[in-house]
Amino acid sequence: MSKRRVIPGFGMSLGFSITWLSLIILIPLAALFIKAAGLGWEEWRELLGSPQVIAAAKLTFGASAAAATVSAVLGLLVTWVLVRYEFPGRRLLDAMIDLPFALPTAVAGITLCAIYAPNGWLGEILASLGIQAAYNWLGVFIALTFIGFPFVVRTLQPVMADMGKEIEEAAATLGAGRWTVFRRVVFPLLVPALITGFTLAFARAIGEYGSVIFISGNLPMKTEILPHLIIIQLEQYNYEAAAAIATGMLVVSFSLLFLINLLQRRIDWQNR
Amino acid sequence: MSISIQSIRKTFGSYTALEDISLEIPNGSLTALLGPSGSGKTTLLRIVAGLEFADPGSGKILFHGEDVSEISTGKRGVGFVFQHYALFRHMTVAENIAFGLSVLPSGKRPSKHEIRDRVKELLGLVKLEGLDKRRPHELSGGQRQRVALARALAIRPKVLLLDEPFGALDAQVRKDLRRWLRQFHDEIGLTTIFVTHDQEEALELADEVVVMRNARIEQIGSPQAVYDTPRSPFVYEFLGNVNKLTDTSGSHQYIRPHEVEIRFAAECDPSTDELGTIQHLFSAGPVASLSIRLDNGSFLDVEISRKILDEMCLDQKDRIAVKVRS
Amino acid sequence: MSVRNVTAESAPVRWLLISAAIGVLGLFLLLPLAAVFVEALRKGWEVFLASLHDEAALSAVKLTLMAALVSVPLNTLFGISAAWAITKFRFKGRSLLLALIDLPFAVSPVIAGLVFVLLFGAKGWFGPWLSEHDIKIIFAFPGIIIATIFITFPFVARELIPLMESQGSDQEEAAVTLGARGWQIFWRVTLPNIKWGLLYGVLLCNARAMGEFGAVSVVSGHIRGKTNTLPLHIEVLYNEYQFSAAFACATLLALLALFTLGIKSVVEQLSGHSSSAKH
Repeated sequence: MSKRRVIPGFGMSLGFSITWLSLIILIPLAALFIKAAGLGWEEWRELLGSPQVIAAAKLTFGASAAAATVSAVLGLLVTWVLVRYEFPGRRLLDAMIDLPFALPTAVAGITLCAIYAPNGWLGEILASLGIQAAYNWLGVFIALTFIGFPFVVRTLQPVMADMGKEIEEAAATLGAGRWTVFRRVVFPLLVPALITGFTLAFARAIGEYGSVIFISGNLPMKTEILPHLIIIQLEQYNYEAAAAIATGMLVVSFSLLFLINLLQRRIDWQNR
Repeated sequence: MSISIQSIRKTFGSYTALEDISLEIPNGSLTALLGPSGSGKTTLLRIVAGLEFADPGSGKILFHGEDVSEISTGKRGVGFVFQHYALFRHMTVAENIAFGLSVLPSGKRPSKHEIRDRVKELLGLVKLEGLDKRRPHELSGGQRQRVALARALAIRPKVLLLDEPFGALDAQVRKDLRRWLRQFHDEIGLTTIFVTHDQEEALELADEVVVMRNARIEQIGSPQAVYDTPRSPFVYEFLGNVNKLTDTSGSHQYIRPHEVEIRFAAECDPSTDELGTIQHLFSAGPVASLSIRLDNGSFLDVEISRKILDEMCLDQKDRIAVKVRS
Repeated sequence: MSVRNVTAESAPVRWLLISAAIGVLGLFLLLPLAAVFVEALRKGWEVFLASLHDEAALSAVKLTLMAALVSVPLNTLFGISAAWAITKFRFKGRSLLLALIDLPFAVSPVIAGLVFVLLFGAKGWFGPWLSEHDIKIIFAFPGIIIATIFITFPFVARELIPLMESQGSDQEEAAVTLGARGWQIFWRVTLPNIKWGLLYGVLLCNARAMGEFGAVSVVSGHIRGKTNTLPLHIEVLYNEYQFSAAFACATLLALLALFTLGIKSVVEQLSGHSSSAKH
């Protein structure tokens, strides 16, 4: 690496970026970890081992994993149709995929509630079938799927669009039927992107707050998510407990992203 | 297996890719579809493979007298090698080659053992022994090309179709592989069609050359026939370098650089010769090429052997006589 | 127009898949969007307009606009500068910097709010010092700003980095050889090439800034008419069972989201056309 750079502005742009990053992100996050590090082993056990936290953790991670899985399936279907087929309204739907990114979470939250609450648009129909879709696990799952599936679509879309027809034609000339081509050739090539999309959806779901708290109903021990527990602890000025829960969540999220990154590198065949 | 293409027509919307194409390809021959891009050669190859279908009601494709026009590509028994190989990059070389056998319905599928033996045999055939566990991105261009070929051959195809088989390779690899493919074809004797835009490749490799242009066939014949007796100015110009001379009446005459005879200006025979000046002279290698500016203003490329050049002691700016009429 | 296509499914399968996808998208995108507007107008235009003219609503809109007005330019500046450093130079720690920029994506908004409470709250590190000097950050406007900046931190950078990476540095180097200096290169060579991506990044950043809920909820203290942003105001209305008013305010944010998506489509078309024209 040479010290002399042709394009100007290296010192200034890097300096400003790192300063801003440190002030806004790194130092505040460090404050959280320092706070958490000050807790003893017993305190950790007490704070994270309470039945309320365990119930919330089960709900948060369980519903997030389920929602990310369903997002992956729905995302694959939607991406396939958007990339492969021409039909009226395709462009509009394609543009709309990002709606869950752009729509404020509080708006999403009250809207999903209006749809799935027992007296809501679909909730009423579901209720007549004996299905309750709000203020329970299912409601949380629906909200997290709404938030998650655009991640899958947007990671799959470029990969699918770049795949090209040749490879499928090659499989067809060798005698493979459509389903075999998908199962043995197309799908394996989509797996890395699918895993990335799943992980992004999962990580986002773990921390999601606004779109969930309305439809979850926040019933203690039943439908409380971890972020909501943090808020409860903060309202009681119990900073230690809030920091402990937050640290636990971040550790899980970060290690998840890190693991997936490793896995991704191992199965990345695209490095031709 | 002979291939018979009978009045095939193909349009994409308002664009005509093939206009009433008929062609007979004898069993065991190596045929080149030669033409510039957009001439329809790749479309024709894809129709033979069953990757595209001719316009409804236009014509038929027969394999050994049997109409295959309605048969899907996977059941036609064609081996197709794609321009960019289209190897499955998540599979090893061996898995790529075995793919066609492993997707056969369970009744017809060979046992795992048989498949392994066949893969080994094919790796030997394409001279890639020991690379079975590699993945496509770990291979060179030429190696990938041969994996693609082995994969196509694994299903024991009745015809072999290659789309621009050397298009993506370096010049040297290209030459080696070309020679190897010719030898390979002679050994296994499979009816083979390949598409190319490189006239040198077509002339050197093929038994028969089909020159295409603007969705039509311009000429069919042996390499020698299409080179020596081109049927149209297009074929003349497309196959090798050629000088285009316009005489006073405005009609054109074509003459290849190596067909031009030269002599000293003093020996000029006005009935057949034109006088000119050597503008540029390039003499590295066994053949020397001269760029001559004729006195009537036109330029002429001439190729003569180094020996003649040295004997005549020619140099730039020398005056010279060129025989252009017989 | 080919009748058959080797790499396409048969018509029934195709229509089944298309219908299923449209069903999913209808359920997850169109239905919620329709619900916002229908619920907002359920009690008629008068209630709708009155909800927007409400004093608390107006002050929430004002606060939201101000928060965006401060945080978006700052993050835009950061985005451009980070993208410049990362795409125009190779240096040690470059990939670490890239990863750190993405960090806020993996942090729950509630945690983002929490970290600032830990720093500036009454019982936080700087809490005593701040109250001695009578400076309010948490439960006040500065807290809202900081939390918003944290949440919207990566958006402009994330939009610009892949764009500038794909464009390479050839043009900037050419400008240097032609004698251009510093800002001239940026204004005259780089900016014209990235303007559409930058515009979308800024709009997305803005949409998130105006719509942020979790982080702001933690630091704002929900003081009506004072520290309630529009999303917080919506929550308050909803919890008070003023559904029509809540959805009326929600339409403003939904329209902002639609506007952002609309600009995105336009930008994609424009940049798609200009890039295909180059090749």
